[in-house]
Amino acid sequence: MSALNIKKGSTSHSAYDLRSALSEVEESHTLAVIVENEPGVLARVIGLFSGRGYNIDSLTVAEVDHTGHRSRITVVTRGTPAVIDQIEAQLSRMVPVYAVHDLTAEGPSVQRELALVKVQGRGEHRIEALRLAEIFRANVVDSTLESFVFEMTGTPDKIDAFAELMRPLGLAEIARTGVAALSRGI
Amino acid sequence: MSKQMTGARMVIQALKDQGVEVVFGYPGGAVLPIYDEIFQQNDIRHVLVRHEQGAVHMAEGYARSTGKPGVALVTSGPGATNAVTGLTDALMDSIPIVVLTGQVPTFMIGTDGFQEADTVGITRPCTKMNWLVKDTAKLAETIHQAFHVATHGRPGPVLIDIPKDVQFATADYVPAEKAKIGHYQPRTEGDPDQIARLVEMMENAERPILYTGGGVINSGPRASALLRELAAETGFPVTSTLMGLGSYPASGKNWLGMLGMHGLYEANLAMHGCDLMINIGARFDDRITGRVKDFSPRSKKAHIDIDPSSINKVIHVDVPIVGDVTRVLEELLRQWRARGSRTEKAGLAKWWKQIDEWRAVRCLNYKPSASTIKPQYALERLEALTKGMDRYITTEVGQHQMWAAQFLGFEDPNRWMTSGGLGTMGYGLPASIGVQIAHPEALVINVAGEASWLMNMQEMGTAMQFRAPVKQFILNNERLGMVRQWQELLHGERYSSSWSESLPDFVKLAEAFGCKGIKVDHPKDLDDAILEMIRYDGPVIFDCLVEKHENCFPMIPSGKPHNEMLLSADAEAFRSGAVLV
Ligand SMILES: Cc1ncc(C[n+]2csc(CCOP(=O)(O)OP(=O)(O)O)c2C)c(N)n1
Ligand SMILES: [Mg+2]
Repeated sequence: MSALNIKKGSTSHSAYDLRSALSEVEESHTLAVIVENEPGVLARVIGLFSGRGYNIDSLTVAEVDHTGHRSRITVVTRGTPAVIDQIEAQLSRMVPVYAVHDLTAEGPSVQRELALVKVQGRGEHRIEALRLAEIFRANVVDSTLESFVFEMTGTPDKIDAFAELMRPLGLAEIARTGVAALSRGI
Repeated sequence: MSKQMTGARMVIQALKDQGVEVVFGYPGGAVLPIYDEIFQQNDIRHVLVRHEQGAVHMAEGYARSTGKPGVALVTSGPGATNAVTGLTDALMDSIPIVVLTGQVPTFMIGTDGFQEADTVGITRPCTKMNWLVKDTAKLAETIHQAFHVATHGRPGPVLIDIPKDVQFATADYVPAEKAKIGHYQPRTEGDPDQIARLVEMMENAERPILYTGGGVINSGPRASALLRELAAETGFPVTSTLMGLGSYPASGKNWLGMLGMHGLYEANLAMHGCDLMINIGARFDDRITGRVKDFSPRSKKAHIDIDPSSINKVIHVDVPIVGDVTRVLEELLRQWRARGSRTEKAGLAKWWKQIDEWRAVRCLNYKPSASTIKPQYALERLEALTKGMDRYITTEVGQHQMWAAQFLGFEDPNRWMTSGGLGTMGYGLPASIGVQIAHPEALVINVAGEASWLMNMQEMGTAMQFRAPVKQFILNNERLGMVRQWQELLHGERYSSSWSESLPDFVKLAEAFGCKGIKVDHPKDLDDAILEMIRYDGPVIFDCLVEKHENCFPMIPSGKPHNEMLLSADAEAFRSGAVLV
């Protein structure tokens, strides 16, 4: 079941409630968790996921408010609607957590990931790699006669697709940041 | 104007500011500066335990019986690791305690220093929150914050790890009223719209039940008073989890007894057959629900809980109400009364008739014996001979614990201390000492099994030293009785390591500790022995030799639904006549 694009709590009987919490179908959700930037807080959040058997598909963290000492953790997780609700509730009740946003449930969001992709090859393969990189709007950030490092941003799917295309052309290594996400609009 | 002081002194000052009167602890290298400060003052009493696990359970007993946070102080490394069981126990049962641990000096952290352990790492999953304080200037504020966190929202254990150099260094003391307690302010008011939905359901319910839990007790005495009003005015039946006993009086007209795996027949069948279940501060634990798929299949369910993550965690409910039990019950009663205090009287009368039929099964019946003390009989006599006294009960874990819950009656909250969520053998003796320290004049009894009791028996030394006249009422079946029962019923009577071999002579043990030992093995001597125990002015180890192979019934084997309850052979006879829903 796909999540409804209606902000949670936007009406008194939010359409969010229409999503059956009893569905057994797993959904992927992107959560933004705003936390106090103190030692141990990330470990506490991650410990919750491992301790209670929840999935982490992607995770990014950085301090986003230096004066307020707040970090934003973006987690991509998977689970049935009941599990997703439970993850949100478990995160929200943590002492160092200020807020939890289920970006997938709250409405449209922008999701971006950055990847560095090293491709090794010569001749035709090298030219083909460059051509594809252009289509994907990847930049060359390092090159030798036998290799490129491409930098690209996009949705995780786009990066997956790019990596797939690079594989036969000499994909050597890939580093990805994990997803950063924001809700669209105001 | 702020005051300069050492970190060690700050600890004492902050505890005083928080109204702490007693600390349960054990010294060691990494907390010596704090112990030095304890030595030089008289406001805070220090109770020297015999093992750090004991300190934490004492703090729990203190907290559970007073409603105030309990405090424990232990050293780094082994002191901290010994505290882990107690922290986990407090987390599972939502008990507010503050544990202070010493740590190696900050410059040594990470070098595998002597008695270094990653205490905040080890205790992160078993605390509501923990802190490693690396700067003396932040110490006082962190302690104040810790008390706030432990006691607000769903209560729980917190831990503060204090390196030794932080204890020695000086900084400005931050008094409690100036401390920033942070943003942690859990919601206490329930959503009035959801409460209104519940009120409507209450007006129409034909087979309602109030399913209460430890949250009622944690919410404070007012919550219990409101629950009593609610039950009296609606006429709804009341059951409770192990943790909630005492919030509704056992002598109350609407009382069905405890529910769950070893709960009463009438309570479990009423849960199974109800059309409206109102969960007040309980959490649908698996010992309560049995097989989730078949749990109370025909009811609408409302759930009142201060912890939003408790709602829909195990059982999906129709009316979720996040809030403090006291505040929610106030609003619930206000709305229901404002609409005319209506209930479905005819339906309710039929429901009570049904419940009375279930009650007639007398599920707690057991085969009496003239020659052997049945554990149930021992508890019936204990109940009869201590009734009306200023009495507090703690327990260990096992059959005796379940029998105590079935056969002792609790009239008030905070009188019953037991390890529910974690099921920690070794909890009861230290917990009884914590309770007695808080209530020096009261009669404090630990209903124990011989095996559990041995797990922390060193704390008898603490009881003697601090003149805590705790009564250790050991139902000695020379068996790990609960394990033996499961092996009998579910593992083909293969009794793998489930008997207590080489037990000590408990009377001699009592003498060795300098307290009183009483041994009784015949029903005719029991009353006198119990009276002797009660009257003795000091700690007593009461060795009550009971039937070795008694089973605890009713029992819902784990993974079975409520209507597949096993009854004792005696109750079995009635079973065919009973209506099963
Ligand atoms: C620390 C700990 N270890 C093991 C268990 C598993 N366990 C539950 S009850 C029980 C037997 C308890 O025996 P006893 O204290 O004599 O009580 P009885 O059941 O005989 O009344 C055991 C081993 C436990 N609950 N806690
Ligand atoms: Mg035993």
